[in-house]
Amino acid sequence: MSGEERLMISLTVNGESVSRLVPVRQHLVDFLRLELGLTGAHLGCEHGVCGACSLRVDGVLVRGCLMLAVQADGAHVVTIEGLDASGEIADLQQAFVERNALQCGFCTPGMLMTAADLVRAGVPRTRAEIRAHLAGNFCRCTGYQAIVDAVSATLNKRLSEGGGHV
Amino acid sequence: MRSEPMRLKADEQNAMNRSTRSPATRSMRYLGQTLSRTAAKRAVAGRGRYTDDVVLARMLHAAFLRSPYAHARILGLEVEAARQQPGVALVLTGADLKALCTGPWIGTLSTFAGMKSAPQYAMAVERACWAGEPVAMVVARTRAEAEDAVEAIGIEWQELPAVVDKHAALAPGAPVIHAELGDNLAFRRSIDTGEVDAHFAAADLIVEESFEFGRHTAVSLEPRSLLAHYDPTTGKLSITTSSQCPHMIQRVFAATLGLPDHNVQIIAPDVGGSFGLKIHSYGDELATAAAAIELGRPVKFIADRLESFVSDIHARENWVKARIAVKRSGEIVGFDLDVLSAAGAYSQYPRTSVFEANQVLNITGGPYRHKHYRARASVVYLNKPPSSQYRAVGHPIGNAVAEHLVDQAADRLGIDPIEMRRRNLIADDAYPVVGASGIILKDLSHQRCLDVLVERMRYAELRQEQAELRQQGIQRGIGIAAFIKGTAPGPMGYYGSGGAPISLQDACVIRLEPNGGIICAVGVTEQGQGTDTIMAQIAASALGVPIDAVRVISGDTDAVPYGGGTFGSRGAAIGGEAVYQAARDLRAEILTIAGALLQAEPASLDIVDGIVVDSGGSRRLALAEIGRICHFQQGELPNDLEPCLSHSRRFRLLDDPYIFTNGIHAAHVEVDVDTGFVSLIKHWVVEDCGRVINPQLADEQVRGGCVQGIGGALYEHLIYDRSGQLVNGTLADYLVPMAVEMPDIDVAHVETPSSLSMLGAKGVGESGTGAAPAAVMNAINDALRPFQARVSSQPITPERILSALGKI
Repeated sequence: MSGEERLMISLTVNGESVSRLVPVRQHLVDFLRLELGLTGAHLGCEHGVCGACSLRVDGVLVRGCLMLAVQADGAHVVTIEGLDASGEIADLQQAFVERNALQCGFCTPGMLMTAADLVRAGVPRTRAEIRAHLAGNFCRCTGYQAIVDAVSATLNKRLSEGGGHV
Repeated sequence: MRSEPMRLKADEQNAMNRSTRSPATRSMRYLGQTLSRTAAKRAVAGRGRYTDDVVLARMLHAAFLRSPYAHARILGLEVEAARQQPGVALVLTGADLKALCTGPWIGTLSTFAGMKSAPQYAMAVERACWAGEPVAMVVARTRAEAEDAVEAIGIEWQELPAVVDKHAALAPGAPVIHAELGDNLAFRRSIDTGEVDAHFAAADLIVEESFEFGRHTAVSLEPRSLLAHYDPTTGKLSITTSSQCPHMIQRVFAATLGLPDHNVQIIAPDVGGSFGLKIHSYGDELATAAAAIELGRPVKFIADRLESFVSDIHARENWVKARIAVKRSGEIVGFDLDVLSAAGAYSQYPRTSVFEANQVLNITGGPYRHKHYRARASVVYLNKPPSSQYRAVGHPIGNAVAEHLVDQAADRLGIDPIEMRRRNLIADDAYPVVGASGIILKDLSHQRCLDVLVERMRYAELRQEQAELRQQGIQRGIGIAAFIKGTAPGPMGYYGSGGAPISLQDACVIRLEPNGGIICAVGVTEQGQGTDTIMAQIAASALGVPIDAVRVISGDTDAVPYGGGTFGSRGAAIGGEAVYQAARDLRAEILTIAGALLQAEPASLDIVDGIVVDSGGSRRLALAEIGRICHFQQGELPNDLEPCLSHSRRFRLLDDPYIFTNGIHAAHVEVDVDTGFVSLIKHWVVEDCGRVINPQLADEQVRGGCVQGIGGALYEHLIYDRSGQLVNGTLADYLVPMAVEMPDIDVAHVETPSSLSMLGAKGVGESGTGAAPAAVMNAINDALRPFQARVSSQPITPERILSALGKI
């Protein structure tokens, strides 16, 4: 089957160099989950709508189910595990826990990846703007208000402490 | 074991009441406190562990061929080519699977007299009855290879006439889905308080309306998932699955696969959303377990999103024609309704597909004092995926119907909607009350909730603002919806008594470890609502230990006592009560042991922060010391003292079928009368879930539930064409609420403890979903009032609004 055609790729994932022979049809998120055991990114729809598989690729937020692993050859990929380890969003994570901005937690890694983009930009945002920024991430549990609260609180705290993190 | 209802003694009640105000109160200190969830800390670190994250050695993957037709006969099925595909380990047809099972499922319960349903096999045999029904299964090295091989299955179909429209399902000459049933009727039920027509004729005003409710599904973000592993040497089947009800799955799978229950272990790891979707048994999941037994290797099945839309249970598709009769004073005389409820091709085993209609009959108009009630429901089979219990079962329908009629009647009588409800709500001091439908209502607080709502939403100011904005051509609406919600069902007349292998009782085993730590194993399960956290709060409070000393275990049939799991808002009310009582038993034993060691009267001792104190408050003995002595140095104990240190309690409701809760919603919306678009400005909920154990978690249950209800009111709709094909089976086409459209939701609680338990907790998880659609619909109609337009069908799309306005 053409699906079994494989290519060698080399990339950086959460700061570590990785080389693997991958099926050309394998999605980036499947590669991360199945080959590297990075199960923080989740599969919610596999057609680019729900945002549960959101990743940072070369600094840009992408949907891991809409990108092939071979397209990430040479790229720098950051997953929720990487963001967690780097401490970049420690304040955001703490705000999510304190505000209970998650219930089942399945959307949470994608939601945090998306929110990380917003809080690191260091620009003041209204609640409506935060809601618009998160509009591509589906959460079935919370009703979103707690998430908006947590993102807003983190952003405002960073702004009051002199600009967002990079 | 005792099971008579217990009431808190006055001093205990006082201690608990104090504790909700002051965290420093020595006992019950964690009740009423907001504590963060440990599971949340894992989730934000990407360390959640869901079924698909579990990888076992030599694991294989399942994919399914599903019927492309709503109704079709299988003339030929050729699987040899699929068997030859790369990586394929097993191909099973429906007939193959049938041979591995003890028999079909029949989704009837004897509690529903006259109910009928056809036998259902885990995968279709000879005939498929809905588009999406599993027909054959491939197990291969990878999911991709399994999916490839599915495409190599050859199948010849003969398409049969499909029953798609519920209104035509019982028409003379309609195709009959299951010939052996004679027609497409699943169940009929009626309630009649008598002489309803006469009472209506004597009323001053009758308002009548018809309502259509679109078909929905739960859309948990994590799809249905199951990983089965069978060890032929021990005969043990271990299943990791995204489930709310591990013991029910254990029983159903064991019985269907011919295994003893106790050799089947069900583990529910992190569950990525459930909402009732994951309390059911599904054929594809059973097939996965059967394949694991056949192969002696682990097999995993993860539904993709399209599979979810066409094979998860559906809900909410109902048509209701209803009338309300009122007096000029606004007094409601009665309700009269006809319900046509659309099941799928089979009644879902083992919970059935008729609870929704049943609940509509039970709860419609439930907040009010009227005495006259007539309600009839017919549940019909369609060639669609089976319908069954989904969050707030039936309540969104019954509430939308009743609250719409109450508003229309108030409008015709010139009575303000708040005032209309004030005149009709059951009085807070009237309980217990038997409602017009026959339901037993206790410990409710409609009047108090209404007062709190009016104050919190600044009702009068909003009305003034509304009038001013109308002058500017801005159409805002305010919608009110009072509700009752049946929670925490008891065994009377419910699943078990009807023959379903589902416990309505729940249990806790709690034990003291050598270090003074507490292990608390519970039968109810955690899907993100925070069940584990509140169980720890209850146990720590009842025992008198620090919260960090308690670890809760749930979701593993090998490790927890037998229970029903989580459904029907029963976690805190049923499971929490079992924890409370078990913890009290353990506390009593610890004090007995401490009394022996300290040569003191146990009654003079207490436990505070994990340390036994005497009546003067002096710290005498740490629980760690008692644990050490009882586990390692029993020689220090008197010979007649045999430590147990492990206590079990089971709790169930006795005579009451439910613990009813109550509350009231308000929605504030703006309608663009040119485009039909609705903007949600704000939403309020005041509800009474009895004792609030963790305020933040309770609030968030309400908020999340509201948004799920709003989704149904405005967006969600499984659209079927005339041939029975789902035409919007993607997340881009089936619209769910996203952050940008949703309002902030103000939540408040009135706490009237349930008199049916010591703890006094009631259910809270469905109170948002049950009445939000009613409030939103009433708000939209309030906005449309100047145009003499109104909507009564959901989802309330822009198209429906423009149509109501006569613009299209």
